[in-house]
Amino acid sequence: MNASTLPSYPRHWQRYTAGQRLLRFALYLLFIAAIVQSARTIDVIPEFLYDAPQQMGDLLNRMWPIDWGSFRGTVSSALLETLHMATLGTMLAIVLAVPVGLLAATNLTRNRGLNLLARFILVSSRSINSLVWALLFIAIFGPGAVAGTMAIAFRSIGFVGKLLGEAIEEAQPGPIEALTATGASTASIIQYGYWPQIRPAFWSIVLLRWDINVRESAVLGLVGAGGIGMALNSAMDLFQWDRVALILVLIFAVVILAEIIITRSRRSLL
Amino acid sequence: MAGMKAGDAAQARPFALSWQARALWIVGLIYAVYAASQLGFSWSRFEAGMELGARFLSRLFPPSIERLDVLWKGIAESLEIAVLASTLGILLSLPISLLGARNLMPAWATWPSRAIVALCRALHPVIVAIIFVKAVGFGALAGVLALTVASIGFIGKLFTEAIEEISLKQVEAVRASGASFANVIIFAVMPQVFARFVGFATYQLDSNLRNSTMVGIVGAGGIGGTLFSAFQRFDYDFVCTILITIIAIIMLGEVLARMVRAILLDNVSLGELLRGRPGRRERGPTGDDA
Repeated sequence: MNASTLPSYPRHWQRYTAGQRLLRFALYLLFIAAIVQSARTIDVIPEFLYDAPQQMGDLLNRMWPIDWGSFRGTVSSALLETLHMATLGTMLAIVLAVPVGLLAATNLTRNRGLNLLARFILVSSRSINSLVWALLFIAIFGPGAVAGTMAIAFRSIGFVGKLLGEAIEEAQPGPIEALTATGASTASIIQYGYWPQIRPAFWSIVLLRWDINVRESAVLGLVGAGGIGMALNSAMDLFQWDRVALILVLIFAVVILAEIIITRSRRSLL
Repeated sequence: MAGMKAGDAAQARPFALSWQARALWIVGLIYAVYAASQLGFSWSRFEAGMELGARFLSRLFPPSIERLDVLWKGIAESLEIAVLASTLGILLSLPISLLGARNLMPAWATWPSRAIVALCRALHPVIVAIIFVKAVGFGALAGVLALTVASIGFIGKLFTEAIEEISLKQVEAVRASGASFANVIIFAVMPQVFARFVGFATYQLDSNLRNSTMVGIVGAGGIGGTLFSAFQRFDYDFVCTILITIIAIIMLGEVLARMVRAILLDNVSLGELLRGRPGRRERGPTGDDA
């Protein structure tokens, strides 16, 4: 009697509805199809694969002993140039990215058209790789560190601007409303309402990007945009593998050093 | 009296910069000028560059649509590199990050896997690609291997950290029921980190897609080689076509990654997906290449 008045539940509990299961299944099928298709059509020359260990051994053999003697002169100045490129590029990127980031934040800039324009700038900056940016700037400024610095700056706009915009969007509206109620100008609202709230995020974004830029500036020279990559490229073209080994070790050391620096300064800044 | 004077001064500029902040600004400015002069920035160069830039831009347009077969071949190879490198990277980084988690594994297991991850992260994918080009020859295989290394470095690090942040209560509960070690991993650890793992994996797929267009510059296959040779032949209208295609593919990849996250994490139904409700907004991890 009572049983018929109770609503009937299915006897078996299922986590997903049929539609959700179908979608998941379709997604997995798509993954597998993509992997199989890629594995089948990709060009791999098996002969090259078989003698890979031998080639690796040959490479290591030529790299050892590392040519420490060539550090003085071109290599050390190229290393310094790389660091300058990364740092100046990051500074330039901040100057260029802050306005775009402000325009991209929907709570600060209440204009759909401007938001979309800023988004477009950020996406195109991030879609083009820094090496491709370097090629573009080499066509404009000629080969050298100027093109590399500009490439780093333009590649970083997207990163810094996007994260800055998101940080602004997450800011508490309370202080902003209070400032608006006092009749403060937009500049004052940004300076006293938003800036104190986003300052930790801002510095951590800048430090993170500087770290990435140190890594990237080391390879920009491969296309001719200055820095240690140029020394690496010429050493490889001349088959001076012991010198290549020195440069790789130096890049490794600089990357580790940069990571230590940002960990330290993050602790003291934030 | 003195106290009042200080109060007046503070009232005049209540939020004035401290002298440390000012010194930092000045040092930064001096450094910028010094570095710019070291790197050879100058106004005349800038002016010449503007002129060359205008000529360069005019040569970019209109994009050339003559050699679409070359373009398609390079793009297809880039996509293949991205798919295979992501697959291999995800499969390999799973066990490595499980081994690297300090809350699950003894020290003798964690430090080698942490060393592998650190080594994979240390070098830029292009440099790794150079080494692999030497080892396995020119072509797509070197690109796949280089990006696999980059994926292990990225997913491995973040996934290890995600596993170390899990709640151990569920692990203890499953262990108390007499489950084997594999069952503890499957039923107590994985459900807690699956969402973040999907996030990292889709992000890495996106990132590999970007990087696969670049490793070709050092001869590791994909559209990068075509792009580089087009630059060297001053074939700028073809460069424009390639760049537009790359941007379109990357944007498409972002949409796809968002859909994967919506299906696997937010359990949207087909109807919701078609109506364009991609679920909650999720921010990608801010890693090497956001």
